[in-house]
Amino acid sequence: GMESGFGSDFGSGGGGGGKLDPGLIMEQVKVQIAVANAQELLQRMTDKCFRKCIGKPGGALDNSEQKCIAMCMDRYMDSWNTVSRAYNSRLQRERANM
Amino acid sequence: REGPGGTGSAMDAPSAAGLGGAEPQLQRFIEVETQKQRFQQLVHQMTELCWEKCMDKPGPKLDSRAETCFVNCVERFIDTSQFILNRLEQTQKSKSAFSESLSD
Repeated sequence: GMESGFGSDFGSGGGGGGKLDPGLIMEQVKVQIAVANAQELLQRMTDKCFRKCIGKPGGALDNSEQKCIAMCMDRYMDSWNTVSRAYNSRLQRERANM
Repeated sequence: REGPGGTGSAMDAPSAAGLGGAEPQLQRFIEVETQKQRFQQLVHQMTELCWEKCMDKPGPKLDSRAETCFVNCVERFIDTSQFILNRLEQTQKSKSAFSESLSD
C-alpha cells in the first residue's frame, strides 16, 4: 500500500492506512481561497482605477496617471475595508435581533 | 450518502473514500468556508457598487464624507435586498399572480 511521508496514522479506527490528511487538505483549500480572493480584488481594483485615472489612452502612462493609480489603489483598499467592517457590523446586529 | 442537509449550501459533501473518520470535520470546514466566501463575495460586490456612488476623485485619504457614504451604502444595499425578498414573499402569498404585481 501507500506509505505516506507525512505520517499515516489518522486514528478513528479506519481500515486502510491514511492516504489523505484532512488537515493538509483544509490548509491547501484555504490557500486557494485566499488566492482567488486576492485575484478578485485585483481585478476589480484594476477596473475601477483604470476608469478613474486614464482618460484618453496615450502612448504610455504619464506621471499624473501613475500617481492617480497609486492613490486609487490605496483608496480602493480603504473602501474595501470600510465595506467589510460595515457589513460585519450589520450582520452582528441582525444576529442580535433574532 | 446524502449531501449536507438544511444548510442550503450548494456544495456537495466530498466522497468519504479514503478519509476514514474525517468526513464530519471536512463537512464542517466546508460549511464554514462557504459562509466566509459568501461574505467575501458580497464585500467585493458592494465595494464595487458603492465606489461608483461614493468616490469622486481618489485622494490621499478616504475622507469622512466618503466613509459615511460607504457605510450608508452597505446598509441601504442590505435593506434593498431584504425589501425585495419581503415584497416577493408578499406578492406570492396574495391572490394576484406574480406577473400582475410586476406591472405595478
